[in-house]
Amino acid sequence: MKNKSLVSIDDLTTDEIMKILDDAAEFEKNPVQDLLLGKVIATLFFEPSTRTRLSFESAISRLGGKIVGFSDAGVSSVSKGETLHDTIKMVSSYSDLIVMRHPVEGSARYASEISPVPVINAGDGANQHPTQTLLDMYSIRKTQGTLDNLNIFMVGDLKYGRTVHSLMMAMSRWNTTFNFISPEELKMPEEFKLYLDNLGLKYYEHLDFTDIISKADIIYMTRVQKERFSDPIEYEKVKNVYVLKNSMLANTKANMRILHPLPRVNEIHTDVDSNPKAYYFEQALNGVFTRQAILCSLLGIK
Amino acid sequence: MKEPKQLSVSAIQNGTVIDHIPAKNLFKVISILGLDHIDNQITFGTNLESKKLGRKAIIKISDKFFEDADINRIALVAPDAKLNIIRDYEVVEKKVVEVPDSIVGIARCMNPKCITNFEQVTTRFRVVSKKNVALKCHYCEKITNQENLHII
Repeated sequence: MKNKSLVSIDDLTTDEIMKILDDAAEFEKNPVQDLLLGKVIATLFFEPSTRTRLSFESAISRLGGKIVGFSDAGVSSVSKGETLHDTIKMVSSYSDLIVMRHPVEGSARYASEISPVPVINAGDGANQHPTQTLLDMYSIRKTQGTLDNLNIFMVGDLKYGRTVHSLMMAMSRWNTTFNFISPEELKMPEEFKLYLDNLGLKYYEHLDFTDIISKADIIYMTRVQKERFSDPIEYEKVKNVYVLKNSMLANTKANMRILHPLPRVNEIHTDVDSNPKAYYFEQALNGVFTRQAILCSLLGIK
Repeated sequence: MKEPKQLSVSAIQNGTVIDHIPAKNLFKVISILGLDHIDNQITFGTNLESKKLGRKAIIKISDKFFEDADINRIALVAPDAKLNIIRDYEVVEKKVVEVPDSIVGIARCMNPKCITNFEQVTTRFRVVSKKNVALKCHYCEKITNQENLHII
């Protein structure tokens, strides 16, 4: 994978995905190494994303790499009207690899075509965020021991949620059963259901939490955001329907784990945090190991 | 010498006739094929009566023969176009256009948040459906369908 960019999870073969997950497991055992010594990694955050940026910078720092970049386009030359094309041309001559977050969809693909050094897409608008998908898959494999034959529940905003779409597409490479729990307005779009139909994978749709969650291996929670609703009354009606509470977990499977891309607002009650089935904070830590594996893989180091 | 056939636009000796172009897309076809930048003799007629299209246009280009890959670029705006290859006033070959597997630099992505609508980027699409044309943007990965198709 040396010198390849990572823009979309579809860019990776299943073998490449498994290799990254295996490497991430190695980094989990031994996260502090000198593998990036002498390397300069650019982190270009054209829109703020503190969590993703800190995760990348932690991954780079623990491997001895140096970081250049900005965390907000307001402080860079972008505010002077420089095009993305010129910014990428300039930064690629200062660095060995570019990590980029940008609000415009397709910007990462475009950057990867301009840049002579690899580009990692750390989110391009509502489009792709492949390192999130890989860390989700790492967390699933680590907690379940496999990626095959799992029953994955996705809850909340399934219409606009970039992370659930990418994860669903990636997990559809295995024999996965999906359960979608969402309000009517935020249902999984038809094109994705059609995709599952064509693969012959089973999925079920629900309007609220029921005993059905006792079948889950993974419950993947997302935020239901007020601004997604055309009618504010609809939001008021559903805002408390998609909140996971500790009392609801009594009959769930022992191996079941709850994931969330974070930040959480109120969709997981804090009384869940102390339940051993809550996995979202470990999931965030797994992001560091997964990103270490991705960085080294694209630089041809491991 | 053979008698030139009586057509609403005069016949050509050698070259290509593109028939059954929807009248409203005549100038798009001219632009996509770059006919506005070549030195060949070109005649065209538009708003001609057509049973199939209502009003059609026709273009005759002297001494010009197209590669399939070039001519298929007009499939988005003239899906029913028919080509007659003319040599010495005779039709020696007929061709139809086919929607190609990829479209480069012809259509605009309908996603207002796509990079191609912000910077000088040549648009690129994979054709995911040829019957009811649906194009998947190489950059933002969103689908542009027939109703929202705009030719640049």
